[in-house]
Amino acid sequence: MSESCKVSSERRGDVAILWTDGYINNQGGEEIAKEAYAQLDRGARALVLNLEKTRIVNSIGISILIEVLEKVMDKKGVLAFCGLTPTIDKTFRIMGLAQYAEIYPTQEDAVRSVTTHTA
Amino acid sequence: MSQGGSAPPGREVSMTIPVAPEMEIVATAQAAALGEYLAMTRDKIDEVKLALVEACINAFEHADCRDEQLHLTFRLGQEPKGREWLEVEVLDKGKGFDSQAVEKPSPEKTFHNHRKRGWGLQIIKSLMDEVEITSGKTGTRILMRKYK
Repeated sequence: MSESCKVSSERRGDVAILWTDGYINNQGGEEIAKEAYAQLDRGARALVLNLEKTRIVNSIGISILIEVLEKVMDKKGVLAFCGLTPTIDKTFRIMGLAQYAEIYPTQEDAVRSVTTHTA
Repeated sequence: MSQGGSAPPGREVSMTIPVAPEMEIVATAQAAALGEYLAMTRDKIDEVKLALVEACINAFEHADCRDEQLHLTFRLGQEPKGREWLEVEVLDKGKGFDSQAVEKPSPEKTFHNHRKRGWGLQIIKSLMDEVEITSGKTGTRILMRKYK
């Protein structure tokens, strides 16, 4: 379907930025996890997930994002989200993602913060 | 719903979706169209859409629907005092469940635990203004309302 999530990424030193585009369900979550794990395997110490082109993340997708976050935490890394709609932000807070990951309004803020953590 | 106000005749849309991957997105298009008709904010429409997604995927995963379909009804209405609302009913002809027996999820139970699911009803209740769940051996009905 046209709503399926596309994931792209870019590496900036120790920081990997992942952009999503579309609906994050189980398939979208798996696409994000695949790219995130590949970046961690290639030595990234921080991930920034920019969701500005996503308007719906269902609870299955969030459960996969939590798995990604746990893996980042296990590696002593840091994960930050940015570009969240108010509804996605609210849902992340309901499910506790905001307790363990950082949330920033803009990609610039998120990258600046995680770069500080990895320095 | 408890707050009163019913849908005038003709302000109701019904649709049936098959139990199939991503069909919940088809349903959200209808919710968005009706939310826009009411001139709801985009954020409120997003909340209705996500609540609807969660209701649909709950049924897809757990209801074991006899007819392999979900029956959706969207209603527009107005309270006596004037507040307009969008109501969404999700009906499945599945095996039902005891909503009182569903364990309430928490971030503490979710993180570093194998069981990360079970948030659907919590999300629905958090995003919608009113939610009624009735369930029995013949199926489950989730009725949820969002005020403009």
